[in-house]
Amino acid sequence: MSVDRALGGTGIWLDERIGGAKGIRKLLRKIFPDHWTFLLGEINLYSFIILLLTGTFLTLWFQPSMTDVIYHGSYVPLRGVRMSEAYASTLHISFDVRGGLLMRQIHHWAADLFMAGIFAHMLRIFFLGSYRKPREINWLIGIVLLTLGMLEGLFGYSLPDDLLSGAGLRILEGVIQSIPIVGTYMAYFLFGGAFPGHVIIPRLYIIHVLLIPGLILALVTVHLFLTFYQKHTQMPGKGRTNTNVVGAPLYPYFMAKTGAFFLFTFAVLTIAATFVQINPIWLYGPFNPVAMSAGSQPDFYMGMLEGALRVMPNWQWVVFGHTFAFNVFLPALVPLGLIFTLAAFWPFVEQWITGDRREHHVNDRPRNAPTRTAIGMATITFYGILWAEGANDLIADHLSIPLFWTTWIARISMFVGPVIAYWLTKRICIGLQRKDNHLLEHGVETGIIRQLPGGEFIEETRPLDEDALAVLTSRVAHPALPAAETTETEVPAPSMRGGLGRVRERMYKVITESAPLPEHVHGNGHGNGHGDGQLAETDGHAGEGHIAGASTGTQAELHPGEDQH
Amino acid sequence: MSDSNSPGTTGGGDPGRPSWPEYLGGESYGAAGAAGSSGRPEDQRPPRRVIGTPSPAASRTLLAQPDGGDGAEPMEPFTPPEPQDLVRAGKAERIVVACFVLAMLAGLGFLVAYGIVGVGSVTGALHSNLWLGGTLSVAFLLLAAGAVIWVRQLMPTVEITEERHPMRSAESDREAFKETFDEGAATSQFVKRPIVRRTLIAATVPLAVAPLFLLRDLGPLPETSLGNTVWRKGLRLLAYGTGRPIKAAQFSSPGSLISVGPEGFLTDDDAMAKAAVIIIKFRPGELVFGPPTPQGHPTPPNVVIPNWTVDNIVAYSKICTHVGCPAALYEQTTHHILCPCHQSTFDATRGAQVLFGPATRALPQLPIGVDSDGFLIATGPFNEPVGPSYWERS
Repeated sequence: MSVDRALGGTGIWLDERIGGAKGIRKLLRKIFPDHWTFLLGEINLYSFIILLLTGTFLTLWFQPSMTDVIYHGSYVPLRGVRMSEAYASTLHISFDVRGGLLMRQIHHWAADLFMAGIFAHMLRIFFLGSYRKPREINWLIGIVLLTLGMLEGLFGYSLPDDLLSGAGLRILEGVIQSIPIVGTYMAYFLFGGAFPGHVIIPRLYIIHVLLIPGLILALVTVHLFLTFYQKHTQMPGKGRTNTNVVGAPLYPYFMAKTGAFFLFTFAVLTIAATFVQINPIWLYGPFNPVAMSAGSQPDFYMGMLEGALRVMPNWQWVVFGHTFAFNVFLPALVPLGLIFTLAAFWPFVEQWITGDRREHHVNDRPRNAPTRTAIGMATITFYGILWAEGANDLIADHLSIPLFWTTWIARISMFVGPVIAYWLTKRICIGLQRKDNHLLEHGVETGIIRQLPGGEFIEETRPLDEDALAVLTSRVAHPALPAAETTETEVPAPSMRGGLGRVRERMYKVITESAPLPEHVHGNGHGNGHGDGQLAETDGHAGEGHIAGASTGTQAELHPGEDQH
Repeated sequence: MSDSNSPGTTGGGDPGRPSWPEYLGGESYGAAGAAGSSGRPEDQRPPRRVIGTPSPAASRTLLAQPDGGDGAEPMEPFTPPEPQDLVRAGKAERIVVACFVLAMLAGLGFLVAYGIVGVGSVTGALHSNLWLGGTLSVAFLLLAAGAVIWVRQLMPTVEITEERHPMRSAESDREAFKETFDEGAATSQFVKRPIVRRTLIAATVPLAVAPLFLLRDLGPLPETSLGNTVWRKGLRLLAYGTGRPIKAAQFSSPGSLISVGPEGFLTDDDAMAKAAVIIIKFRPGELVFGPPTPQGHPTPPNVVIPNWTVDNIVAYSKICTHVGCPAALYEQTTHHILCPCHQSTFDATRGAQVLFGPATRALPQLPIGVDSDGFLIATGPFNEPVGPSYWERS
C-alpha cells in the first residue's frame, strides 16, 4: 500500500495548496468517445511533442551560421570543401554525434508525420462534419496550425543549407520578389539584401525554433482546451445522441490508451528513422547558387505549391514600367490560398445556406452529406493533381511520357478532374443513401426463400440489429428554409428576399440534395435512442414555410416497435 | 438504456439552464437544472456536470454494469473493479509483463549500444544509427504493445454515458454578465470620461507602429541592385569548379556546356547568385543569328546576337528567369536548356528564348570576346536584369 500512501501524501500536499480534489476528480471521470479516426489528431500532438524533444537535441550542436568554413570532419567525400557552418554542423550531427543521425531522422520523419497527420485529421473533421457548431473556432485554429506547420517545415528543412533546400529558398525568394509593389522590398528585408546573403539561415533558425513552435504550442493548447471543454464529437451509434457522450473515462482508460498511442507514434517514427533514410544532405552537397540537380522536389506538404508553379503558363504583363509576374505570384498564392480561405469560410457558408444553427455533436456519415463530401473530394482532386504535377519530371521519367505532356495533362485535369470528382462522389453518396434506405425499409436479406400459401415466393429478411439501426438512422435532415415565395398565407422571410435570398435558395437545393429519407423503418422493437428529432426534421420549425422538393424528401418518422413485414 | 430524452427527465422546466429546443422540442434538462437554480452557481456551467456527482439526474447510466444500479451514487464504484474474463486477463497479464521486460532489455541494449558502437565515420554512424534506433524502436514498440494489451485485456470494458449540455449560457447568466460588464465599465469611468479614453488610445498609436520602424533595418533597400551583376568589360570567364580561365580555341567540342563565373567572384555566393553563366559551343550553322547589336541597345528577340559570341560559343545567364534556380540541364541533341526546378525550357540556338514552362523571358545573353592571351572574357555587362521578374523591372 506504499503506492497509496505516496499518492495520498502528494495529493494532500497539493490539495492543501491548490485544492484540486473536487475539480480534478470530475476531470478524471470525463468521458472520451472512441473511434479510430479520433486518433489522427493525437498523431499530430505526439509528433509535435517528439519534434520538440528531438529538435531540442539538435540545437545543442547545430550552428545556424552562414559563415564559410572548410570541412575537415568524418565524411570523407566532402573534406576540404567550402561550406557554411550550418551545413558543416549538420554533417557533424550526422556523423560525429552518437544518436545524432537518429535524432535528425526522427525529427524529419516526425515533421512529415505531423503534416500528414494534420491533413488526415482535417479531412476527417471535414468529411464527418465535425467542424459544425459549436466547433468552428477549432476548425479555424486548425487551418492556422496547418499553415504554420507548412512554414515551420519549410524553414526547418532549409536550415542545413544543403543544395536542395538552398534551391527551395531561392524559389521562396523568387516568389516573394514577384509580388507586385512590395515584393522586392519584402525579399530584401527577409534575406537582408540580395539572395542568398548571410542572415537568412540565422533568421529562419530563430523563427523555426522559437517563434513558430511557440505559436503552434499556444494554438495547440487552445485547440485541446476547446476539444476538452466542448467534449469530443462521437460517431453515430446505439445510445449516442446529440445530448450525450458515450465512451470511457479519462482516468484510467483514456490516459492509458493515449499514453500507449504516444509510444506507438514514437515507435513508428523511430523505426522509420532507423531503417529509412531521409534527407541525406551529405549526398546533396553544400549549397551553391550555380548547381542544381534534376528530380528536385520539396517535402511532400510543399508539393502542391511546387506543382502550381510548374503548371502555370508563362503569363506576364509589363505595364507602365512595372512587371506583373502572374506566372509566379498567381500559382504561389492563389490555389492554396483559395483552398484555405474557402475552408475557413465553409462552416459559416454552410450554416447560412442551410439555416442550420443547431449544435452538432454526432458526426455525419460522409454519405449523408453528399454535397459536402463531393466538395471535399473535388478539393482533394484539385490539390492532388497539382501535388502530382510537383513531381512531373519524375512521373514523365518513370512512365516514359514526354515531360510537356504531363504539364498539359495537369493543366486540363486540374479543372476537369474536380468536376468529375464532385459529380461522381455525389452520385455514389446518394446511391449509398438509397442502399441504407433499402436496408431500413426492408431489413437484411437472409437468403431464405419462402413460399406463401398463395404460391408466391418471397425472400425473408430480418430486422437490423440495434447498432446498425442506430447508425443507419443517424441521418440528420436539414431544417427547411423559410419561404421564399409569396403565397396566400405567407410572405418571404427577410433573409430570403432579393438576389442573395435567391442565391441561398438555389444553393440550399444543391447542398441538401439527398435520397429521400426512408418511408418506414423495419425496426426491431428498440429504436435507436435518437427519438429526439434526428429524423423528424421539421419539429420546431412548424409554421415556417418549406421549400418543397426532393431535397427535404418525405417526412419520415421512426416507429419503434412496429414491424412492417 | 435510457437517455436524456427519456420520460424521467421531461418536464423539469428549469429556467436557469439552457435547453435543447432544436433537439428536444422545448424540453429541458429538468433534473440536472434543479440543482443549478438552488444556489450552486458553479453547477450552471454545463461542462462541470460530470457523471457521478450527486445529482438526481435520471439520465446517467452505466451500460457496462446493468445490475449496478442506475444513477451511480457518489461513493459507488464508477467502473467495475475486475475485468469480465479473469482467465483471459491472467493470460494477458503474462503477455504484458513479457512486453515490459523485453522493453526494459531493449532499453538497456540502447544504453550498451551507445557505449559500444562508435561514430566518426560513415560506417560507424550508420551502425550506430542501426543499433540505437533498433533498440529504441523495440523498446517503444513493446512498451506501447504492453500498454495496449493492458488497457484492452486487464481493464474491464466499460461504456459510460455522460450528459452533454448546450454550450451557450443560460439567459439569466448572460444578463448577469452584461450587468457585471456594464457595471465595471461604469466604475472604470472609461465611458464617462472620454478625454482619458482618447488620450490613452492616442498614446498607444505611436507604440503600435514602433515595431514596424524597428524592422526597417532588416535589409537594405533594393534600389537598382537587382538589375546589375558583377560582370563588366574585361573580366575573364572562369570555369566553375576548377577556377581556370577558358581558351576559346581549346573549348572545341561542340555540344558541351560549361558553367562559368567572373574572375575574382567564384567563391562569392552573393555575386554568383546573379552572375552564374553557362557557355555552350555550337557547330557552325546551328545558331540562329540576328543583327549585330551594340552594347546597351535593346536585344532583338529569339536570336543570338552575333557580335556577342566567339567562334560559335554563346554565353547565357544560368539563373532561370522564372524564380531563379540554376538552369543546369542541357540536352545536346535538341539544344534545350532546361531548369530542373520547374522545367522552364529555353532554346539555346535562338537566344535562349522560352519554349515551354512557366518562365516568360529568355535567359539574357552575355557579350563575350577573347583577350590578348586567347582567353574568353566578357566584353560588357548583361544588357538587362538576370533572374526572376520583379515589380521594378520594366
